[in-house]
Amino acid sequence: MYVYDDFDRDFLAERNRQFRAQVERRLSGALTEEEFRPLRLMNGLYLQLHAYMLRVAIPYGTLNPVQMHKLADVGERWDRGYGHFTTRQNIQFNWPQLVDVPDMLDALAEVGLHAIQTSGNTIRNVTADHFAGAAADEIADPRPWAELIRQWSTDHPEFQFLPRKFKIAVTGAPNDRAVTRAHDIGLRMVRRDGETGFELIVGGGLGRTPMIGKVIRDFLPTGDLLPYLEAIVATYNLLGRRDNKFKARIKITVHENGIDRVRELVEARFAETRAEFDADAMAAHFAHIAAQFAPPALRAADPAPLDTARAADPIFRAWADTNLHPHRDPSHAIVTISLKAHGETPGDATSEQMRAIADLAETYGYGEIRISHEQNVILPHVARADLPALHATLRRYGLATANVGLVSDIIACPGMDYCALATARSIPIAQDIALHFERLKLEHDIGPLKIKISGCINACGHHHVGHIGILGLDRAGVETYQITLGGDGSEDATLGERTGPGFSAEKIIPAIERILRSYLDLRQSREESFLAAYRRLGAAPFKAALYHEEKADAA
Amino acid sequence: MSSETLVQVITANLLREGHVVWLTPEGGWSRDLAGAQCFAGRPAAEAALARAAAQTDVVVGAYLASMRPTPAGPEPVHFREAFRRAGPSARARGVTQA
Ligand code: HEM
Ligand code: SF4
Repeated sequence: MYVYDDFDRDFLAERNRQFRAQVERRLSGALTEEEFRPLRLMNGLYLQLHAYMLRVAIPYGTLNPVQMHKLADVGERWDRGYGHFTTRQNIQFNWPQLVDVPDMLDALAEVGLHAIQTSGNTIRNVTADHFAGAAADEIADPRPWAELIRQWSTDHPEFQFLPRKFKIAVTGAPNDRAVTRAHDIGLRMVRRDGETGFELIVGGGLGRTPMIGKVIRDFLPTGDLLPYLEAIVATYNLLGRRDNKFKARIKITVHENGIDRVRELVEARFAETRAEFDADAMAAHFAHIAAQFAPPALRAADPAPLDTARAADPIFRAWADTNLHPHRDPSHAIVTISLKAHGETPGDATSEQMRAIADLAETYGYGEIRISHEQNVILPHVARADLPALHATLRRYGLATANVGLVSDIIACPGMDYCALATARSIPIAQDIALHFERLKLEHDIGPLKIKISGCINACGHHHVGHIGILGLDRAGVETYQITLGGDGSEDATLGERTGPGFSAEKIIPAIERILRSYLDLRQSREESFLAAYRRLGAAPFKAALYHEEKADAA
Repeated sequence: MSSETLVQVITANLLREGHVVWLTPEGGWSRDLAGAQCFAGRPAAEAALARAAAQTDVVVGAYLASMRPTPAGPEPVHFREAFRRAGPSARARGVTQA
C-alpha cells in the first residue's frame, strides 16, 4: 500500500505541532471557543453530546496491520478500549480529552494516520470499494486513483474553504459497492474500445435533500482525471451557494442550474485546467503511486472446495455462505469480518478485536485490511485453504458473526447516543432489530437485505439508500421512526420512498417485522430478494401490512 | 403540563474533559444533575447563563435546559437532556462495557 514519504511525514508533523500549540492556547484562554472551534474541526475533533470525538481518516478504507495495532493502542490508552468504524471509512474515538488529543495525533502520525480533512468545508476522505484490488468483477484497482486524489486535494490552496464539505468516492468495478451515486463526485472505472477511463457522476448526496448523482461525463480518459476534477471543484467553488448552508452542496448547484449548464461550465474550465496541466509529470507520479499498490504475490494454493470443513461444521458453513466474496484468484477468497454481532453497536471494535484482526491479516491475509462503508472489516486476500483456521480464531474474539448482507448487518449512525445533532437514537434500534430477528431465526430465510438507520435528517446512516431505511425524529418530544422502502445504493441507485407516519421506539421493531413477514408471503421464491419483490410489487402491499395492523391495534 | 411548573438549569461541557456538567448554586460545575441550581424565572436564568457562558476557560456551549422540579431534584423534560445525564444507552457504550 501507499507509504508516506518524507514530505508527507513532515507535513503531518508540522500540522500536529501547530495543533498542539492551538490546544495550549485554548486551554490558557488565549483563544476563544469561537476561534478554536474551526481549528479543532480541521483536525477532526468534534464536541459531541457527552464528550469530544476524534475522527481519524482511513483513506479509501485501506489499513495495514501496524496501523490497526496503533488504532487499538490509541483506543485503549485514550478512549475506553474501543473504536467506532463509520460509513465514511473513518474511525471515531468517542471519549478523548482535549488535553490528550495532540498526543493521540502524534501517535497516529507514527504510522501515517491523521485526522486532516475529516471535517470542514474541504474535500473529505476519499472512499473506495472495500473489495478494491481483490474483487473478481474489477476492471482495475481504484485505490491508486483515490490516493492521487487524496494528494491533490490535501491542503489544496484553493479548496480549503469550499461552500460546503465535498465527498468523493471511487469504484473500479461495475458492481458499485462505494455508493458513488450518493457522493458529490462519484468515479466509476469503465472500459471503452480497450481504453480504461472514468464515468464521472456529480451532484449526489443524502442529507436533508437527497439526490442521486448525474453523469457529467460518460467517459474520461484516466490521464485527464485531475484537471477534470479541478474543473468541477473550481466551477462549484464559484457557482455554489454560500448564502444558505442547506443549499450549499454541489447537489443543489446541479439541481438549480441543471446538469447541462454545469457540464458546459465545467468543460469550459477543463479546457483551461487541461492546458495548464503537466500530463507527463502526473503519469510518472501515478506510476510511482500505482507501484505501491501492487497486488501481493498470492501463494499457489489449492482451490480447496471447503467441502470437508463445510460438511463437518455447520457454524463454519453458515459463515462461509454469507461472509465470503469471490476473489479474482479462485484459490483465494475475500473475507468480511462482521462488526455486527447481534446486540452490539454496529461498527464498534474493541482494542483486543483490532489486534486480533491485525494479527490475522499478518498470518493469513498478506498484511492487508480494509474497512467498508458498511462498517465491517475486510481481509481482501485469504487462501481458501486457510479459511477454517481463520474462522476458528475469529470465533474466539466474537468476530465470526455470519450475517454479512443480512437483516442484522445494519448501518447505523451514532445517533443520540453520541451525536449532538441527533433527533433520536439509532444504535439501540439497530441492536433490537438484530436481536429480534435472531430470536425469530428468520435472518437466513429473509436473505439479502440492507437496513440503514440515521438519527436525524443529515442521513449519515445512508437511510435513503437502505432497502429499508429508518430515520429517527423528534416528534413533540418523543423519539419517532420514519420508514422508507426500496432505496438502493448500488449501481442502480434509488432513493427510498416514505411509507407514511412514523413509529415509536417500541413499535418500530414490530413494524419492521410486518414488512418482512409480508415479503416472505409475497416473494415468488427464495431467489427473489426483498428489493426485487419491492420493485415488482410497489409499496402498496407493504404499506398495507404496516398500517393495517396499526389501525387494528388502535381499534 | 403547564410551563409554570418547569424550571431551568444551566448545562455545558467541560472544556478540558468534554464531560456534561450543570451549574451549581455555588457557581461551580457538577457532573450530577441533582446538584444543579434551578431557576424559576426566565430573566434570572438568562442572567446566570450569561455569567456561566463567560467562564470560557472552563466550559463550552452553555445553554438553558427545562426541567421538572421533583423532591429528588430536577428531572429532564426532553429525552435529549435525559440522555445527556445518563450517557449513551447501556448497550451503546462499546462492546467492552456491554
Ligand atoms: C459528530 C458526528 C457527526 C456530525 C456532526 C455529522 C454532521 C453531518 C451533517 C451536518 C451532514 C449533512 C451534510 C449536508 O447535507 O450538507 C452529514 C452528512 C453525512 N455524514 Fe455525518 N456527521 C457526524 C457523524 C457521521 C458519521 C459517524 C458518519 C459515518 C457513519 C457520517 C457520514 C455522513 C454521511 C455518509 C453523510 C451523508 C452524505 C452527504 O454528505 O450528503 N457522519 N453529517
Ligand atoms: S445522521 Fe444525524 S444523528 Fe446521525 S450522526 Fe449524522 S448528524 Fe448525527
